[in-house]
Formats: sequence, structure tokens, C-alpha cells
Amino acid sequence: MSTALLTDITIFVLALLVGFEVISKVPATLHTPLMSAANSIHGIVLAGAMLIAVTANDALGYTLAFVAAAFAAMNVVGGYVVTGRMLRMFRRSRTPVPAAEPPAAVNGQGRGGQA
Amino acid sequence: MSTFDWVTQLLYVAAAVCFVLGLHLMNSPASARRGNQVSTAGMALAIATTFALVVHAGTVTATGWIVMIAGVLVGAGAGLYSARTVQMTAMPQLVSLFNAVGGGAAALVAINDYVKLAGASAGVPEATTITTILDVLIGAVTFSGSIIAAGKLQGLINGAPVTFPGSRAVNVAAAVVGVGGGVYMIATPSVPVMIIIILAALTFGVTMVMPIGGADMPVVISLLNAFTGTAVAMAGFVIGNWALIIAGALVGASGSILTKLMADAMNRSLRNIMIGGFGTGDSAPAVAGPTGDVRSVAADDAAIQLAYAQKVIIVPGYGLAAAQAQHQVAELAALLEERGAEVSYAIHPVAGRMPGHMNVLLAEANVPYPQLKEMDEINPEFPRADVALVIGANDVTNPAARRPGTAISGMPILDVDQAKSIIVIKRSMGHGYAGIDNELYVNPKTSMLFADAKTALTDLIASVKTLVG
Repeated sequence: MSTALLTDITIFVLALLVGFEVISKVPATLHTPLMSAANSIHGIVLAGAMLIAVTANDALGYTLAFVAAAFAAMNVVGGYVVTGRMLRMFRRSRTPVPAAEPPAAVNGQGRGGQA
Repeated sequence: MSTFDWVTQLLYVAAAVCFVLGLHLMNSPASARRGNQVSTAGMALAIATTFALVVHAGTVTATGWIVMIAGVLVGAGAGLYSARTVQMTAMPQLVSLFNAVGGGAAALVAINDYVKLAGASAGVPEATTITTILDVLIGAVTFSGSIIAAGKLQGLINGAPVTFPGSRAVNVAAAVVGVGGGVYMIATPSVPVMIIIILAALTFGVTMVMPIGGADMPVVISLLNAFTGTAVAMAGFVIGNWALIIAGALVGASGSILTKLMADAMNRSLRNIMIGGFGTGDSAPAVAGPTGDVRSVAADDAAIQLAYAQKVIIVPGYGLAAAQAQHQVAELAALLEERGAEVSYAIHPVAGRMPGHMNVLLAEANVPYPQLKEMDEINPEFPRADVALVIGANDVTNPAARRPGTAISGMPILDVDQAKSIIVIKRSMGHGYAGIDNELYVNPKTSMLFADAKTALTDLIASVKTLVG
């Protein structure tokens, strides 16, 4: 077993503890955006997917690079966009009437309202 | 280490700091948006750093660049489109889908690395083999399991627990092949064996999620989220990238916490849920309820009761979302507030199809977040409530949970029965997914308004307006 592995394990365990500490303070009201935010954070796998391309030189390598990049990019872009969309809905007070908030409200409701 | 390596590693650490800060800022709805922005900035930094690494390596072929960029564009387009068009009620499916692609990508990273190493003369180091196997197994299980979960939530696959003769045996066999193959690979590196364990893990994911019912989905999604995080962390071990290890560990922690919270809120052990075959979910069969003193009420009478209440607590359940009546409930609440009543919402942790789902649905309907109260926060307030209005929630309001010996004994519930009066909007006396009578309905303080949630709320709004205008 190498020193590098030991370092990796140390980082993993400490990050896990930081995660427990930080996330246990998130209120239940925000658990859906939290999960979606965590979702976008694991989109970091895009970094790994991009690095596949460094060594890819045959059909298998190219296929893996393409699929992994597509999967990870979908994860990271979709995750951040949808989390932002959800968090914009959380308001401290009621917006007067939908008509009073022209473009943004129309957009938001147009997407959400079509049951 | 060269200066370049130093700089890239430090940038990855900076990205990790942004992820932690971003999650930290989610401790309040007021700062949560900024949290998401900080986290996004961290991600942009990490991706830019990786891009620099790829360029610096200088070994990427023209085809390599094309497939990488094409992959990113295709994925980003699909992600952007689905994120912008998804209905809030469909959020659990989307999160499942993102879990699937995240887990899948993590597995592919390890597969690629392993194939390269196995082809090289130096062979595969033992430590790499172990993390590769873990990554491939967890990633593949997450991929197929999350797709099945998304299919069930979307209604493409039967939401009820699905079992077939021997399904348990297939599940166990897949687990044995996956783990056995993994152990074999540690001793003798082999690409064909890796393909076998990938197939076994994919099978395991399917047979793991198929027998789980719709109502248990909050736990399953949380668990798969934890799996994805772990798979990404393992991918970080395989390619020696700290950013992946830290981000994966954070997600693993988040998923584990939510899994525990959801299982506790349903009063079920994780083992019990995974064995499955219990939670049938949405389709509450119309079994005859207690024949006792169920008091039915007309919309007009209920409206008067609400209109003159000082303090109203609304108890929404998944039935409200299923009836698409979030906007009506928000409208009724606004009307009562204009009349001077204090309105709040009592949200049970499992009200919805994923953790916290009901809050998002109500926030979308323009309910201000200070009115959204967690169970522990709202329970002491019930005795002061003039009216508790229960819409589409069942088992989580059943006082039977406080007694031993019932199917839901020990489950944390909302103390709705402590309110001065209770109005329950419900289509019939049907059971919740626990399949037992709700003792709340025969409480002398309870009036039942038998109607579809949307119709009932529309009637209540109209009645409040015309009767007491």
C-alpha cells in the first residue's frame, strides 16, 4: 500500500466528516434542493471523464470518453440549473399577484404551470 | 511535483472549499441561492482546471478532442433542457436520472483506467484494482437502480413492488457473482471478469429496486444518491484526483444522512425497505373504514369554520400533489390570511416522493417559506390551532402510532389530533399505505370533507368568498 493511497483515504474520511457536520445543519425545508445540490456536486466526475480523453487512442477509449463526458456533463449542468430554479421559488413573503412581477414570474409559471 | 501540478492541485482544493461553503450556505432558505452560486463557481473552477490539465498533457488526439467536446455538448444540452422543463412534481425522477448518469460516468472512468492498466506491461497495482472494483460495482448498481427508480416514479414501470418467482435468488446470485468476480480480479487482473461483474452489478441494481414500492421512494433515492457519491469518490481514488474524492465524500455524507432521516420518518429499517413488497404507494384501495362516528361536513360549513379561525395549520400530504392542488391550497391560505388568520403548513419529512419534496411544491405555489414548518417545530403549535386542515395526508396523522401494537407504532407523526378542530379533505375512507384505519377520522373533533382535493379547495375558496366575503 502506497503513501498516495493513505493520503487519499485520509482526505476521504475527513471530507466525509465535514459533510456530515455541514449537511446535518440543513433544514428539512431545503432537503430537496440539498439533494439536488449534492447531485450537481457529484457532477465533478466530469473532470474524470475529461481526463479519459488524455489517453484515448482507440475506438473503445473514444467511446468511453464520449459516453462518460455526456453523462457527467448532463449531471453537472442539469443539477446546477434545476437547483437554482428550485431555490428561486423559496421566497420570504408572497409576491403580490403574479401579474405584478412581469417577465420572471411569467417564465417561472409557464414552465411549472402546465400540469 | 512541477509548478503546474502544484497550481492545479491547489485549484482543486479551492473548488472543494467552494463545495463545502455552498452546502454550508444551504442552512437557511435566505442564503441557499448564494450557496448554489458558490458551489457552481467551484465547479467551473474545477472543470477549467481539468481543461488546463488536458491541454497540458498534450497527448489528446484530434478525435479525442472531438469526442470529448461533443460528449460535453450533448450532455450539457440534455441536462439544461431537462432541468428547465421539468415539473416540480417530477423532481424525484430527474434527481434519479442525474444519480444514474453520475454513477454511470464514475464507473466508466474506472473501466477506462483499468483497461489501460491491464494492457500495459507493468500490470495493475493491487490498490487500484480494489478501488476500481468498488467504483465499477457501486457505479453500475447506481446506474441501473436509479433508472428503474426513475421509471417507477415516472409511471413507466409499475410503481407497486414487483417480484417474480426467484427474483430474490437472482438478486443474491448477482451479488455473489459481483463480489466473487471482484475478489478474483484482485488475485488475477482480467478484463473479461470485469465485464462479468459489470453485468452482475447492473442486474443487482434492477432486482434491488424493482421490489420497492412507490411510497418508499424517498429512502431509495437518498440511498442511490449516497451510492453515487461513493462511486465518484472511488473514481477519485482510481485516477488519483482529490477533487473527486472530496466531492464524492460530501455527497456520500449527504445521501447517508437523508437515507437515515427518511427511514426514521417512516419508522422502517433500511433492511425492511430493501426487502420490500410492502409499500404499495399511491393506489390506496377503498377498503371500508371504521363504521364508528365519522362526521361528514359540507364545503360551506367547513368554509365558515376556516373563515372564523384565528390560527389554521394546513397538513399537506402527497395526495395534494397527486391532485395538483398546491395552487388552490396557497390561494385559500392567502384568503384566510387576508381575513387576519395565522396560517402555517405542517410538513412531515416523508410528505412527497423525495426528502423535502412538499416544500418545493408549496414554494412553487408561492407559499412563503417562513410558513413551511418542520414536524418538530409545528407539533407544539397544534393545541393552539383552531383548525387543522388535512389534505392528502393519512398515516402521518394517525394517533395510533403512539400506541404499541399497530403497523405504524413508533412512527413520528404530526399531532393533528391536538388541534381544537380538524377538517380532513379526502375522497373516501381509504387506507394509507400502511393499510390501517386512521383513528383521527373518528375523533369527535374531526369533520370529513369527502371530495377530490382540488374540487374541495376550489369549493372552500368560493364559499369563504361568498359567505363571509
